[in-house]
Amino acid sequence: MEKHLFLAGHTACYGCGEALGARLVVDAAGPNIITTDATGCLEVFSSRWPQSAWAVPFIHSLFENSAAVASGIEVALRAMGRQEEAKVIAQGGDGGTADIGLQCLSGMLERGHDVLYVCYDNEAYMNTGVQRSGLTPYDSDTRTSPFGRASWGNRYRKKDMPAIAAAHGAPYIATASVAYPKDLQAKVKKALNIVGPKYLQVHVPCPLGWKSDPALTIKVAKLAVETGLYPIFEMENGVVTKVRKISSPKPVTEYLKLQGRFAHLFKKSGGEEEIKKIQQIADENIRKYGLLSETAAAKVSAEKE
Amino acid sequence: MKVILGGLAQPATSLANNTGTWRNFRPVYLQKACIDCKMCTIVCPEGCVYRVSEKKFTFNANYCKGCGMCAEECPVDDIEMIMEEK
Amino acid sequence: MVRTFMEGSKAVAEVIKLCRPNVIAAYPITPQTHISEELAQMVANGELKAEYVTVESEFAAASVVLGASATGARTYTATSSQGLLLMTEVLFSISGMRLPVVMTCANRAVSSPINIWNDQQDSISVRDAGWIQLYAEDIQEASDLQIQAFRIAEHPEVILPVMACMDGFILTHAYEPVDLIEQEEADAFLPPYQPQYYLTPKNPITFGAMLGPESYMESRCQLDRALRGSAKIIEEVAQEFKKRFGRFQGALIDTYFIEDAEIVLVAMGSVISTIKEAIDLLRAEGTKVGLLKVRCFRPFPREAINRALVGAKEVLVLDRAFSPSSGGVLTTEVRAAFQGMERAPEIKGHIVGLGGREMNIETILNIVKDRRAVGREDRFVDLKEALLS
Repeated sequence: MEKHLFLAGHTACYGCGEALGARLVVDAAGPNIITTDATGCLEVFSSRWPQSAWAVPFIHSLFENSAAVASGIEVALRAMGRQEEAKVIAQGGDGGTADIGLQCLSGMLERGHDVLYVCYDNEAYMNTGVQRSGLTPYDSDTRTSPFGRASWGNRYRKKDMPAIAAAHGAPYIATASVAYPKDLQAKVKKALNIVGPKYLQVHVPCPLGWKSDPALTIKVAKLAVETGLYPIFEMENGVVTKVRKISSPKPVTEYLKLQGRFAHLFKKSGGEEEIKKIQQIADENIRKYGLLSETAAAKVSAEKE
Repeated sequence: MKVILGGLAQPATSLANNTGTWRNFRPVYLQKACIDCKMCTIVCPEGCVYRVSEKKFTFNANYCKGCGMCAEECPVDDIEMIMEEK
Repeated sequence: MVRTFMEGSKAVAEVIKLCRPNVIAAYPITPQTHISEELAQMVANGELKAEYVTVESEFAAASVVLGASATGARTYTATSSQGLLLMTEVLFSISGMRLPVVMTCANRAVSSPINIWNDQQDSISVRDAGWIQLYAEDIQEASDLQIQAFRIAEHPEVILPVMACMDGFILTHAYEPVDLIEQEEADAFLPPYQPQYYLTPKNPITFGAMLGPESYMESRCQLDRALRGSAKIIEEVAQEFKKRFGRFQGALIDTYFIEDAEIVLVAMGSVISTIKEAIDLLRAEGTKVGLLKVRCFRPFPREAINRALVGAKEVLVLDRAFSPSSGGVLTTEVRAAFQGMERAPEIKGHIVGLGGREMNIETILNIVKDRRAVGREDRFVDLKEALLS
């Protein structure tokens, strides 16, 4: 087999985007790292005693303290003159990052620890059976934001974590997707060469929670980007320096219809209005981050005229 | 296996766990149109697809769960998913 | 050895400095003592070569020292009251991962109602967290406890976190003459920490794995055994400290006029000094009264307590923390220590000094005098009936 630093034999579900994301991240980082992880899917499917899928040093403590544990590791290496030994990568899911772990992450970012924080964003609490998190998208059907006669699913829009990280003055912030593995790995390498706190949010489809075909994990992730719903960009010192351009934005329905978590939007009358709202979110992203490629932008303006 | 200090686990030991038993479908690497892009090795969530030689890839049956991502992402449709014979 | 008149917090900070911690993380509020400020100044002055992490909460403080300790560093934190309770989840994680973190807990009351004064409800409430808990009777002992705490925590047969407890305000903010050891003496007593396992790419081990029903119980049992086994090490370290520095204020327990005592008071923390003064007065009057000081609450020294109390007729336990509807926690455990034994003294519980309620010699004398009035239920001492009805 190929040599990896996150190994087979882990017990993630079929087509797990997070397992793929984690492997791509640690493979890009190389062996000289120390990793932390929040409680969640990744921790459970990778470190059930007496086995471990990690070929790099790994520590899991609690749900909400991955960033603080990583802060401690970083200062300990410095205090003992071992800072050349390893770079520190903190990991967590979307809930462990944007909700319950936000305070520890804020502290880590604000104090300027030389740590790369990676958020594997599968857009809900998946380990416990799909409950809504702060990064669950609008109208998504979860166990705690269910679709029902009086509900279209999650009432809130995704929390803008990159902006929150940016507000702390972190020198490098990026989003990535398992749909673009080379881009993801390049970002990990780039981040590890920047001193200070880094935040990387990786979109990782969850076939179980998204009710999507495991074989389509990459395809679904790609559509999130191609519709504008998951903008891929880099921010350096507070300024967006690079975005993944979209040559011709796809309608959000192409993304939504592949996932059971949005199926209600296509069944219940009034769903069209909700889909329009989601399309607006994508359009806003496209404008805000300037996602249209030059040719696509020219086409759009020609259509308007 | 003794519990050491609250449950330390030795690194890279998950290979003892044969997740291949979960498989309902298995990939077949046709090796007809392969362009050596390595996409199948990159997208495998198990990391169990590997290159044997030029334009020749295969998977480790001990770990492949049969998700079908390699077949789906192969740009030249050189991988097929077939029902696992049990 | 230098004798200096100083504040309790300062004395503790001075000894922590001698222990050469690599990483210190502490949150300055909810509430804190001067310990963290003194250490911050020492680091700022370059006197102490340590990383001082100004965390955003006690939860983060405990998490930072957890990460640092797992990396092989000697780590320290200090907190009190709400801060300790905010750490609760991490306390279990630190002991569960068998990390020899040392913490000073300045004992204070717990909200609500908010009350910043001294009792021991905070550390007693986390008694099941798997930490060694030692309680100091005065500033000298509080400072001596710190270096002993590191020795015990890092001992290869222990590898457990230690909470060195001292009464808030009464010890942390009071001034007393304190004998401080020199750096060379400290280094000889406490060599550098040499962890057997730590986070390093050289041996990329996994910490904090998930243990299922097939192994979780065994890991908990190991923790229990390690904590029980630490009693021997706590004893050894106290004896070695005595040999080197001539000071001994007990190991698991200490006693005062207990040999022929018919009545024995049992307590923890700074009230011990007051009890000793009361005993001197009572002895002068001919009352056969003695004292059992519980210095180590975890591991609970059941056998030592049995041996010390077996000759007493009456045991009067003073609790600075209680379990509502059940009674004083120390009382409950002392009673349990005699479960199933043929000879057991009569054990009476007294809940005293909650939230900084004054306890003076009179309080102790009255407890001894009024002991006949106490029934099976633990008694709240010096209650103001007017505030209750």
